[in-house]
Amino acid sequence: MKNTFSSKLFSHVILILASLMFLLPVWVIVASSTHLPETIVNNGLQFFTGHNFINTYKSILFEHSGYTKNVTAFRMILNSFIMAMGFAIGKVIISSMAAYAIVYFRFKLATFLFWVIFLTLLLPIQVRIVPSFEVLADLNLLNSYTGLIVPLIASATGTFFFRQYFKSVPEELLEAAKMDGANSWNFFIDILMPLSKTMSAALFIVMFIVGWNQYLWPIMMTTDPQYSTILLGIKEIYQSNFEGTYLPEFNRAFAMTTLALIIPVLMVLFFQRLFVKGLVDGDK
Amino acid sequence: MKKVQFNNKFIPYLFVSPQIIIILVFFIWPSVMAIYYSFVMQDAFGVSTQFVWFQNYKDALLNSDYYASFGFTLIFSSLVTLFSLSMGLFLAHKTNNMIKSRGIYRTLLMWPYALAPAVVGLMASFFFNQSHGDIYRFLNQLGWKFDPTSDPFSAQAMLVFIASWKQISVNFIFFLSGLQGIPKSVLEASLIDCKSNSKRFWTIIFPLLAPTTFFLFITNITYSFFDTFGIIDTTTRGTPMGQTKTLAYKIYQDGFLGADIGGSSAQSVILMLFVLVITIFQFKYLEKKVHY
Repeated sequence: MKNTFSSKLFSHVILILASLMFLLPVWVIVASSTHLPETIVNNGLQFFTGHNFINTYKSILFEHSGYTKNVTAFRMILNSFIMAMGFAIGKVIISSMAAYAIVYFRFKLATFLFWVIFLTLLLPIQVRIVPSFEVLADLNLLNSYTGLIVPLIASATGTFFFRQYFKSVPEELLEAAKMDGANSWNFFIDILMPLSKTMSAALFIVMFIVGWNQYLWPIMMTTDPQYSTILLGIKEIYQSNFEGTYLPEFNRAFAMTTLALIIPVLMVLFFQRLFVKGLVDGDK
Repeated sequence: MKKVQFNNKFIPYLFVSPQIIIILVFFIWPSVMAIYYSFVMQDAFGVSTQFVWFQNYKDALLNSDYYASFGFTLIFSSLVTLFSLSMGLFLAHKTNNMIKSRGIYRTLLMWPYALAPAVVGLMASFFFNQSHGDIYRFLNQLGWKFDPTSDPFSAQAMLVFIASWKQISVNFIFFLSGLQGIPKSVLEASLIDCKSNSKRFWTIIFPLLAPTTFFLFITNITYSFFDTFGIIDTTTRGTPMGQTKTLAYKIYQDGFLGADIGGSSAQSVILMLFVLVITIFQFKYLEKKVHY
């Protein structure tokens, strides 16, 4: 323990370097988005902010040109928001209900249904991509919010999360509620869910981010730009920059990237504790 | 399961039905169709279908593209898992040893969780770009003829770097919370018994983190198999020479873009079996953990 000071210093240096390794690239993109496109073309990526912030962001959010020819970034953000909200809320409702049935009821198919839910872990979208598209097309759900949201909310993670939590709720709670004459619906709505407020919020935060960051699903499900999420805006940028559809408008590309990442990043920062709870308690 | 339960025969089905119905329609049904497609061949217009047994599997497995993709996926996911797990653990351990600044470093290292793989990929494509990418220039100045558009090794190394970068924060969060879950008494006892810092870490702390490590190991493998899709789709898209396609990306290219339904479905089924094996493995272990 002699070298405490120098080893502490060494640890700080490492942790600061690691933090910069994550911060710098994102910062450079954000800072570059506030410059004129010529500055970036001539002088490369910028470390300090420029003076073109308002112009670039106003045009990308509200005007139709370049990457936003068919749909403005504002609309894409709105779509992402609807998708993330719908996904997170739907997931909390559906999975708390399913977990409630599995933990609090004795019924014949309980184990079987639990395995059916579990099965979803085996079937990531990538392994059923073509038939999923057909199912959605048959049900007329392509280019709709329902098609964007509902198929995604059924996966098992949320159910496991609530199941784990409900199991830790004291037995006496149900005994007492039964003595007071609560039926299963009262118990769920008036007692169990209010008790799970924090857990629901934690799951909601994580799922909002997961929903916002969906990429492959909206690529498949939407052809109408009116339903594009901001992540599809990202795909559009890639397409045009590297396949040369438009002149490279780097400032606008960076602004779009910034808009795509800012909301989930703020969510993590603001709701740090809930977020960690939702992530760590849920997956174990 | 609870000792005290409701005994109603009908209500529990009401509660599970929303999830079960969605699973049946959007998970089970398409998967069954994928299995069916993997055994049939359709003509170009989709008019006639013919049952061909394992022909699609043979075609997929005997294709040199498939081997390239298979090899890349294995190496890619092993390296990404190795790098991001060890970095996550290393940073979590360093952070956990801090007293006053722990909270700050925690925040500084966990926020990248919020970045979508596609966003990370797009940002990286700017830094690794030939015309104005700082990292591209830097690597070439170092003397490495780095060029992800024509040299497969460059492209593969770049993807390993990007995918690991993106995944470190998740591992960091889980390891840090694992470390914080170790009882103080154990740590104090270990301080008395064992003077060497590194020995104490490897003989006492690391074994206590085993459940977390194992869980993360599985998570990282699934991440590198499936979630890296967004990174690949915004950087190399499988180029150069098809040397940077993961199995999942190849399924998407063959099936969704290339309309080779049979071949892509056969590959899907192979991948499903792979995930099945991993999951069984995981559960075997989890059972053990419960007994312990």
